[in-house]
Amino acid sequence: MSNTAELSTAAIRRQMLAEFWFYFRQNRGAVAGLFVFILLVLTAVFASVLAPHDPTAQYRDALLLPPVWQEGGRAEFLLGTDAVGRDMLSRLIFGAQYSLFIGIVVVSIALFGGIFIGLIAGFFRGWVDALIMRVMDVILAFPSLLLALVLVAVLGPGLTNAMIAIAIVYQPHFARLTRAAVMGEMRREYVTAARVAGAGNIRLMFKTILPNCLAPLIVQATLSFSAAVLDSAALGFLGMGAQPPAPEWGTMLAEAREFILRAWWVVTFPGLAILVSVLAINMMGDGLRDALDPKLKRS
Amino acid sequence: MVRFLLAKLLYLIPTFLGITIIAFGFVRILPGDPVLLMAGERGVSPERHAELSAQLGFDKPVVMQYLDFLWRLLHGDFGNSLVTKKPVLTEFLALFPATLELGLCAILIATLVGVPVGVLAAIKRGSWFDQVSMTTALVGFSMPIFWWGLLLIIFFSGFLGWTPVSGRISLMYFFPQVTGFMLIDSLLSGQQGAFISAVSHLILPSVVLATIPLAVIARQTRSAMLEVMGEDYVRTARAKGMPSRRVIGVHALRNAMIPVVTTIGLQIGVLMAGAILTETIFSWPGIGKWMIDSISRRDYPVVQSGLLLIAGMVMIVNLLVDLTYGLINPRIRAS
Repeated sequence: MSNTAELSTAAIRRQMLAEFWFYFRQNRGAVAGLFVFILLVLTAVFASVLAPHDPTAQYRDALLLPPVWQEGGRAEFLLGTDAVGRDMLSRLIFGAQYSLFIGIVVVSIALFGGIFIGLIAGFFRGWVDALIMRVMDVILAFPSLLLALVLVAVLGPGLTNAMIAIAIVYQPHFARLTRAAVMGEMRREYVTAARVAGAGNIRLMFKTILPNCLAPLIVQATLSFSAAVLDSAALGFLGMGAQPPAPEWGTMLAEAREFILRAWWVVTFPGLAILVSVLAINMMGDGLRDALDPKLKRS
Repeated sequence: MVRFLLAKLLYLIPTFLGITIIAFGFVRILPGDPVLLMAGERGVSPERHAELSAQLGFDKPVVMQYLDFLWRLLHGDFGNSLVTKKPVLTEFLALFPATLELGLCAILIATLVGVPVGVLAAIKRGSWFDQVSMTTALVGFSMPIFWWGLLLIIFFSGFLGWTPVSGRISLMYFFPQVTGFMLIDSLLSGQQGAFISAVSHLILPSVVLATIPLAVIARQTRSAMLEVMGEDYVRTARAKGMPSRRVIGVHALRNAMIPVVTTIGLQIGVLMAGAILTETIFSWPGIGKWMIDSISRRDYPVVQSGLLLIAGMVMIVNLLVDLTYGLINPRIRAS
């Protein structure tokens, strides 16, 4: 009997996955985004194999070399070198590691924190809810980058602190979404049934209600992932994120600023890398929204 | 409407208090001695430390310190900058017109381009225009604007030599500030070429700052239009034989604008965050650059009050957006 039950659960899962893929696939941009994102992940994972040079090695005989197709370029430095003779391509490849790492860490902290807070607010309501939501309103009243900057000023510049700061700033979005979803689900009969059957608060919150609130959270997580890549690059650009010589794309742009009118490649490529990654994740997010949330019609 | 207004205002009080608590607490959790940080002094004798502590009110209990802080805020005392020694509020008010001018131009560009593009994309759903404009909007939405600004500088200032790289007006011109808006002041000055110079300085930063709001507004307008165009009253209007232009212009657009107006209003936070980056790239002497400079100079009284003033401003604009929404959509008032 239990075997059949397990089988049917697996079958339902497969069916759900197939349905998800069917809707996701309808959006060609989303599939393209997914493809680029997979490439980005592979680049980050195999960075040390793919990169032709050490990202921090300085070649003193090759300062500000242009890309290979431009006059003066050298084949060993395909995308040229920066002001201290480091290979641009290798730095860009290793930069993918930073961006993905930042995205994953920020979204994980913001997602788990937000879900926990939102669940408590939506489940218990009353003064707990009022207090939590006012605190969230306060965080949302600050422009996100400004609050992140000030938090980094408090914690000290650096990648870890930048990630914590961005996660704190993003977390209210998850809390609000979770709360709204939980409040919607709480009125449903299956929740009452579970409560009557003797389920405790913790079980109700995490096992009964939460799995039914996940769709909008996944979509928000994708959007936050791309926003985290952008914001951390912005912090790096302002000198408050990852510190040199880390090959983080925003930090690379900050170092390249004074050469913008002399060496276009030191500015163009890191920014292009940020744009392509963020765009790919956003396109994927659009597809996820279409596939996971039938209420949000494709627009 | 009065009840709606009062309810919204009451709602703001806890948020405002929360903002003041964050601004107040920020200095106290900074690594280092808050007395020395706020006084901008180092290695002082114990006597001087006690004197400073008393002067800044750090010798009182924390609750009293906070109440003092609130009291001073309510009397318009936002402290003095450690670097310039001037009152923070004076500095803020002097620099604010520059950010406001930039922000207004950006939101104007974003709205004037974003709304028509969104409407057209919705009307011609599935056409090449729809696909190209929405793909472009998604690129704009994903744009690291600090890089976008640098690219525009490389192309328009470096390669074509059309626009200046930084500042608000050429150093050739000098005239008294009347409104603080360079476009208006340059016109009032009557100096030949001043207005053109102001425009050429403003154009690139405005375009950069407008990029993300433009993309958001275009996407939002398109989806709002699509939703409204599927409504019964639009179908009825069409069925009555009303010309398409009138159906779209009067029936659909007016209703689709309700969420769009909110979106435009809510871009203020995005604009403020964008202003920090845009002003840094173009050396635009506004609030964003002032905050960044103060953070790097460790001018904490400025950071503290600047944070408060900016959050307060965003809060008030959000309230105005809410009220406008209530005004144009009676259903919101009722709820």
